[in-house]
Amino acid sequence: MTDDVDADKTAPSVTEAVRAATADISQPVRDVGLIVGVLFGVYALFAVFVFNQGLNSVVSTLRVVTFFIAVYAMLALALNLQWGYTGLFNIGVAGFMAVGVYTMGILAGDPAGSPPGLGLPLPFAIVAGMAAAAFVGLLTALPALRLRADYLAIVTLGISEIIRLTLNSGALNSWLIETVGIGTGAGSGMGLPSFSARGLFYVDGSTANQTALAEVVFAVTGPLGIRESVVIAWAYVFVLIVFVVGFYVLLARIGNSPFGRVLKSIREDELVASSLGKHTQLFKIKVFMLGCALMGLAGILWQGSQGFVSPNSFMPIVTFYVFVALIIGGSGSNTGSVVGAIVFVGLLFEGPRRAGGALSDALAFTANPNTSWEALTLVVSGEPLALFAYATDNISALQFVLLGVVLIVLMQKRPEGLLGHRNETAAAVPLTEQTRSIRGGESDEQ
Amino acid sequence: MGLTNSIELRELWETRRSVVLLGLFALVLCVDLLARLAGVEVGLTDSYSFGGALSLTRFGGLLWNGIVIGLIIGLAGIGLSMTYSILSFANFSHGDLLTTGAFGGWAATYIVAAVGTIELGSLLVVRAAGSVSPADIGANIVQTPFAILVGIVVAAAVTIAVALVIDRLVYKPMRDRGGIALLIASIGVALALRYIIQFIFGSRNRGVTDTTGVRVELVGISVNLHQLTLVVAAIVLMIAMHLMLQRTKLGKAMRAMADNKDLALVTGIPTERVVRATWVIGGGLAGVAGYFVVLDRGVIGFNLGWFLLLLIFAAVILGGIGSIYGAIAGGLVIGITYNVVLIWIPSDFNEAAAFALMILVLLYRPDGIFKGVTTA
Repeated sequence: MTDDVDADKTAPSVTEAVRAATADISQPVRDVGLIVGVLFGVYALFAVFVFNQGLNSVVSTLRVVTFFIAVYAMLALALNLQWGYTGLFNIGVAGFMAVGVYTMGILAGDPAGSPPGLGLPLPFAIVAGMAAAAFVGLLTALPALRLRADYLAIVTLGISEIIRLTLNSGALNSWLIETVGIGTGAGSGMGLPSFSARGLFYVDGSTANQTALAEVVFAVTGPLGIRESVVIAWAYVFVLIVFVVGFYVLLARIGNSPFGRVLKSIREDELVASSLGKHTQLFKIKVFMLGCALMGLAGILWQGSQGFVSPNSFMPIVTFYVFVALIIGGSGSNTGSVVGAIVFVGLLFEGPRRAGGALSDALAFTANPNTSWEALTLVVSGEPLALFAYATDNISALQFVLLGVVLIVLMQKRPEGLLGHRNETAAAVPLTEQTRSIRGGESDEQ
Repeated sequence: MGLTNSIELRELWETRRSVVLLGLFALVLCVDLLARLAGVEVGLTDSYSFGGALSLTRFGGLLWNGIVIGLIIGLAGIGLSMTYSILSFANFSHGDLLTTGAFGGWAATYIVAAVGTIELGSLLVVRAAGSVSPADIGANIVQTPFAILVGIVVAAAVTIAVALVIDRLVYKPMRDRGGIALLIASIGVALALRYIIQFIFGSRNRGVTDTTGVRVELVGISVNLHQLTLVVAAIVLMIAMHLMLQRTKLGKAMRAMADNKDLALVTGIPTERVVRATWVIGGGLAGVAGYFVVLDRGVIGFNLGWFLLLLIFAAVILGGIGSIYGAIAGGLVIGITYNVVLIWIPSDFNEAAAFALMILVLLYRPDGIFKGVTTA
């Protein structure tokens, strides 16, 4: 019932929102500027690591970085909807991604493949994957959203692990193949219809037969020494970026709608929201399902591009990565989610690995200790570089330590993240209008 | 009489439908188990049947394994339950305290067992690399009982030290913050701690114990002496814990804090000292539990505690957060469930079954299955 009232309100507020967006042009421009600025800062850093290996290598490295930025930005935005807007502490992100990816894989998989799929059209499979993730979200949300935040955390982590263990089960896989004729592939994983932008560049997939777009693009990139495969991979990343923008716009739209205001009021004080006649459970269930569907889509776009998926891609650590990205950027802020994803991937996820590789190439260590004890004894015996050699060999461990320390320091010193100031406009009418007539659009509303 | 009974039953059905259904489900499983033990089988369809054949030895073996893992989980759960109720947050780094204890304790055991015969480098990092085999070191309860004892003590000591340092650096500045902020910080602690351990001890999963002569015949039953050791030690520790809580002033203070923190503050209980004592006891027991995991399985790895964390949470939630006896009982229930469900479901799913049990308890009995018994 409350929804009908809200729905009535949303109709006029579309025009209001458009007016608000055009009236206060400086804020979105500032946000885009910030995102692009941070992105290019990270690019510059990575270019330094690999610049001596030629332009193709630089472009290829930046593609990998941008790919991860895009998928983590999507996941962080989806989580922002659940946690940042509504305060639902979901640490089962990986599980909901898995549901989306596996549903898509089973529906679109080759019926003759191993494991066999249903061979349905891909767009249908993608939408069904999102729907399945939303449905599992509903099953989780119906009972679990009554719980305290820390209980919800444990329940969602438990569900995500149950999903992963189920997909990993060999017994289930063979039972499914026998009785239904489809399978999950269990621990050895399943092939996915591979997503790629090849179709934009080659007619019928043959490299000899290029499209008009390919001829234009390759004419520029070819002489620069950038391989065609790198260009095609970049094209897919651009598709991902379009999806990130789509996620962002959707969330911004939700956040400014009456629906979004109810979500934020639930986050701040659910009792108040329900006292004002809002059916808070319904709002929470809806937003949980939507967030899960977006997580499923992000998972599909991520894993689909690799053409293969296994349950190991959905360890709880993936969920924590998304949380770190969101917390760095600032939970509650969409721009923050994207900036957080850039900073996370650049400085914590891909950065240390590349830096370790570059360092170990540059210093060309002579010592090669196998254990921390050997490294320590070498240091004592007058070879201080041995510790560096051991550290660069084990850079992945140190990277996780850094991740943990960053998380702790953020929670201690800056729990609101870089941009998580919850200073959001709560009115559908643009508040800047009156001041604009006096001072020309200057506003300190964030 | 019959009428009131049926009315009562209907009332029960209408008010506690889910509980009644769960109870019925459990009853069916119990009858099925009895039928299997008796060797009775009633075919229902081609592929499903009620009852079946289950030897008493297999059932006994599953039950025993369940008790062993259950005691370990219970021991670890005591600490988690105490920090959850006294510091009011779900500590996601508790599993990695187990790992800390496992590596610290086994490094000590190795040194005591084989220093002088094997080079120190292999012993200190618990065979992170190199050609030394567990049989060369020969650490087990038969050949080196003293080394095992030292290992247990060191496991507790190292973990207590680490837990206190973490509390000082991470949680103390955040005492006034909400449970979620602390929970996220504890995820950070879990990551940092786990990968510092990996950095020091390496990422390889490797065998640790030498199992020659560990399995013996005692009064006609084949017993693994390592399991027997840990069962006895765990029970002793649990009794000591009980006496400490019931007989000492500190125990009383801890129970008071777990029950009602504000009231405890008003009565002048030194909260910081109680918090420190909580970490000492919880950390120590976690470290010992981690050591026991390796004693039981014979294998060590840097992920060992993290993989157990959700099971420990399950035990704590089952027993009711804040209740120490609940954590022990919950650990046993989870441990036995984890093993005995193998009668019905493939081994791929026993962990999932334990998690599912935890989720059901959280949904329908968030205060634990022994509702009402909250005191320590």
